[in-house]
Amino acid sequence: MVKAERVQPGDEIHMGPPITVDRYGPAARVNHWITALSLILLAISGLALFHPSLFFLTALFGGGQTTRWIHPWIGVVLFISFYIFFFQLWKANLFTRTDVKWLMSVKEVLTAQEDKLPEVGKYNAGQKMIFWGMALLIMALIITGVIIWDQYFLEATAIPTKRIAVLVHALAAVAIICIFIFHVYAAIWTRGTLRAMTRGTVTGGWAFRHHRKWFKELAQRRRVDPAE
Amino acid sequence: MTNSLQMDSPRTAVSNPPVQAMDSNLGERDLVRRSATSDLPPPERQLTAVAKLIDVSKCIGCKACQSACVEWNDTHPGVGENVGVYTNPHDLTEDMFTLMRFSEWINPETDNLEWLIRKDGCMHCADPGCLKACPAPGAIVQYSNGIVDFIHENCIGCGYCVKGCPFNIPRISKADHRAYKCTLCSDRVAVGQGPACAKACPTQAIVFGTKDDMKKHADERIADLKSRGYANAGLYDPQGVGGTHVMYVLHHNDKPHIYADLPDDPKISGVVQAWKGATKYVGLATMGFLAVGAALHGVFAKPNRVSHEDEEGAEEVLKDKLGGQSEERA
Repeated sequence: MVKAERVQPGDEIHMGPPITVDRYGPAARVNHWITALSLILLAISGLALFHPSLFFLTALFGGGQTTRWIHPWIGVVLFISFYIFFFQLWKANLFTRTDVKWLMSVKEVLTAQEDKLPEVGKYNAGQKMIFWGMALLIMALIITGVIIWDQYFLEATAIPTKRIAVLVHALAAVAIICIFIFHVYAAIWTRGTLRAMTRGTVTGGWAFRHHRKWFKELAQRRRVDPAE
Repeated sequence: MTNSLQMDSPRTAVSNPPVQAMDSNLGERDLVRRSATSDLPPPERQLTAVAKLIDVSKCIGCKACQSACVEWNDTHPGVGENVGVYTNPHDLTEDMFTLMRFSEWINPETDNLEWLIRKDGCMHCADPGCLKACPAPGAIVQYSNGIVDFIHENCIGCGYCVKGCPFNIPRISKADHRAYKCTLCSDRVAVGQGPACAKACPTQAIVFGTKDDMKKHADERIADLKSRGYANAGLYDPQGVGGTHVMYVLHHNDKPHIYADLPDDPKISGVVQAWKGATKYVGLATMGFLAVGAALHGVFAKPNRVSHEDEEGAEEVLKDKLGGQSEERA
């Protein structure tokens, strides 16, 4: 019995040569890059108001006043685009027993000894943690962000509530920037990953090395487009 | 007042203004604090600390102070709506920097109704929460005479000062998205004049001068009130914010909250302190550390590359799983 979480609609092997595997369709990729761009702009504009030494970054947005009003709107864009993306991916990101084993082998993960790791499906435990971490933090950020969006919601909450919200917003932002750094770095360090989000495909070797269970199941289920 | 021009700050609000033109006596060189600025040079001189003293027991609720404030600051509050209380407008606004708040309080000891009138507005804290919270360099400043002022051209309208203030004073304008509050008439004090409200007060419930003089004056007033049976009369100069440069003489100084929720023990919220203290430094360090760590790992660690064996492995999986495919399809 093949578990539904490991493969997703649209995932398909192309016999090649070389063998490639469809990992993300055009809609998912557009969604990803809107989310990514929003997160980068939010991080820059947010950091500018977070620490005085970074206030100069407001110049990128045309000054402090513009930074102040544009930041929450970019947040709305991020929230919507991320959660569209979220509902495409969440099933494949549910944790399984394999994830525990994978997480226990942190040394092998960091030293790229993947032959010593259990075979993983479409996402490994690290990717799943990034996914759920992002989902949780973006929810926290939008809720606290609306509470401190005084231009429109000044009257909605009392000042003590806003104080807590602004602190939680800052902490969540620090956390999400850390996750963002992990995410980007992992995608660069694991060579051959970026093309999944640009061209939408990965090589057969990449799928075999990093997500062998996913690859095997695609083959098993005959989700294969025979040689061109 | 012949030597008023030689003095660094006016000693009273009731004197007539100097007749000769004079340069502004409050400038960049007098700043002791500047928001979001860590490398502020020390001030060139120390101005005498000034203060406004508001004696609530002498206030008759005439609102001359409000009118004077509106006139001097050239604000234009809209016509309000009467909802059955004297407080007008209903709250501080970006156009109303000071507000007489009227409270009806029944003294449980005497069963008398006491009509408490407190002139609300910026307290000019020695440790200003607004300034601590402000992210915009130079949008909030503190002069060595104690005045805390908003420099509007540097304000970005984020409302952090509202969250930082223990007295709920700053208001953000919906028109120009900048924060406004009482300036302690810094532009008058700079040229030897006391604040407009103190100048206009007909009973001298509002007086202005050096902080030392105001404390001495308060002592006399408190002694007088005590002699009239107000055993708890006292000076409101809350030390939780380092003392303030607007002080009250309260006839019930043991319970400031009866005066329209004046905080009993105001201090900058611990949440704000955590946000502007540990979070700011630890947060920045964590993000920086991680970014540098990732960069170093990228330079020195071997990348995780797909090997030739992986490519072969993929082909084998396909052969293995799809071995019979061509026959099936045939």
